[in-house]
Amino acid sequence: MKELAYIIFTSILVNNYVLTKFLGICPFLGVSKKLGQATGMGIAVTFVMLLANSATWPINNFILVPFELEYLQTIVFILVIAALVQLVEIILKKYIPALHASLGIYLPLITTNCAVLGVVKNNISDGYGFLESSASALGCGLGFLLAMVLFAGVRERIETSNPPKSFQGVPITLVSAAIVSLSFYGFAGVIDSLFA
Amino acid sequence: MKAWQNFIKGIVRENPVLVLLLGTCPTLAVTTSVSNAFGMGAAATAVLLGSNVAISAMRKIIPDKVRIPSYIVIIAAFVTVVEMIMHAFVPAIYDALGVFLSLIVVNCIILGRAEMYASKNSVGASAVDALGMGVGFTLALLAMSSIREVFGAGSWMGIEIPFLTNYTVPILKEAPGGFFVFGCLIALVNKFGKSKPKKEFSCAGCPSAALCKGNCGGSGEEREA
Repeated sequence: MKELAYIIFTSILVNNYVLTKFLGICPFLGVSKKLGQATGMGIAVTFVMLLANSATWPINNFILVPFELEYLQTIVFILVIAALVQLVEIILKKYIPALHASLGIYLPLITTNCAVLGVVKNNISDGYGFLESSASALGCGLGFLLAMVLFAGVRERIETSNPPKSFQGVPITLVSAAIVSLSFYGFAGVIDSLFA
Repeated sequence: MKAWQNFIKGIVRENPVLVLLLGTCPTLAVTTSVSNAFGMGAAATAVLLGSNVAISAMRKIIPDKVRIPSYIVIIAAFVTVVEMIMHAFVPAIYDALGVFLSLIVVNCIILGRAEMYASKNSVGASAVDALGMGVGFTLALLAMSSIREVFGAGSWMGIEIPFLTNYTVPILKEAPGGFFVFGCLIALVNKFGKSKPKKEFSCAGCPSAALCKGNCGGSGEEREA
C-alpha cells in the first residue's frame, strides 16, 4: 500500500508528466486558456490513461511477451488506445449524455496525446505489475490535471498583462510555463522524506 | 525550381517547430544535447519520408472515414522499423531518446503532414515536402540543443568548450530551461523572421481538428487564413 502511494505521489509531483517529462505539451498549451476546459481535459486524460493502462497491460503480458512480439508494442498500443477511446465515446454518448456533453469533445483529441502512449510504455519499461502500473497511470493523470489547472490560473493573469511585442502570445506562455515548472522542482525532496 | 521551393518552405517559411508550432513535446524533451537532437531529427525525417510516400501512394485507396486510423497504423509501422534500426546501429542514442523514439507515432508534424499534404499531393511532391519538413525540424532541434548544451553544459556535441565549462547554467539542461529557451527562440523569430509564428496554438496543424471542429477549446476561432 505504501509503495502504491509512493508511486502515485511521485508521479503527481516529482515526475510530473507535463512539467518535468515534457509529455502532453500540446493540450497543456492549447487547452489551458479557461479553467473549465482545462479541468475537463485533465479529467478526460486521467480517465483514458487508467483505461488504456488496464487494457494494454494484459495484452502486453499475456499476448506479446509469451509470443515474443514485444517489437509490436508501439503499433498494438496505439491501435488499442484509439479503438478504446472511440468505444468510450460511443458508450458515453448512448448512456450518459450529460457526461458526454462535458467530456466527450476532449476524447478524440486524447488518441493522439503522447502522454497516454507515454505512460503505457513507461509502465512496461519500468516492469510494473498491474496494480503498480494502474497507480502510476492514476498519478500521471492527476499530475496532468494539476498542471493544467495551475497553468490555467497563470494564463488568466497573462491575458491582462502587457509583455514586449515579440513575446506576446506563445513565447510568454512558454516562459511562464518555465517558471511553473521551476516551482515543481521544489517537490523533489518532499516526497523522499515523506516516505523515508 | 518548383520542387526546390517546396523543399525550402519546410526549412524557413513553414518551419514545423518555430513557425507552425508543431511537435513541441520532442522539441522540448530531446534537446538537452546536440547528439540527441540530431538522432531525433534523423529518426523523425526517416519516418516522415516513409509515411508521406506511403500515404500519398495509397491516398486513392484509403476511405475518407477511416483515414486517420489508417495513417496512424502506417506511421506506427515506420516508427517500429526506425526503432529497430536505431537499436541495432546506434544503441547509445536509442537509450538516450528512450520513450520519445516510439512517441514519434503521435508526433503532430508527421500526422499533420499526412493529413495536410500527402493525402492531397503526388508521391514525388510528398517526398520533397517530407524532406523539407524533416530538415526544418532537425535544424530547429539543432539550434535549440546548441543553445542548451553550450550554455548549460559548456560543450557542443560532447566536445568541451574550454572557457565556458567554468560558467555553465545547469538549469538550461533541466525542464524549465527547455520551456524558457523555446519561448525565447519563438520570440526571436517573431522579432526578426519574415513569417510570423502563430499567435496561439491553433487547430490548423492538429490532426484531430476534423473530429472536434474547434470544440476542444483550442484556439480554433483564432485560426489564421
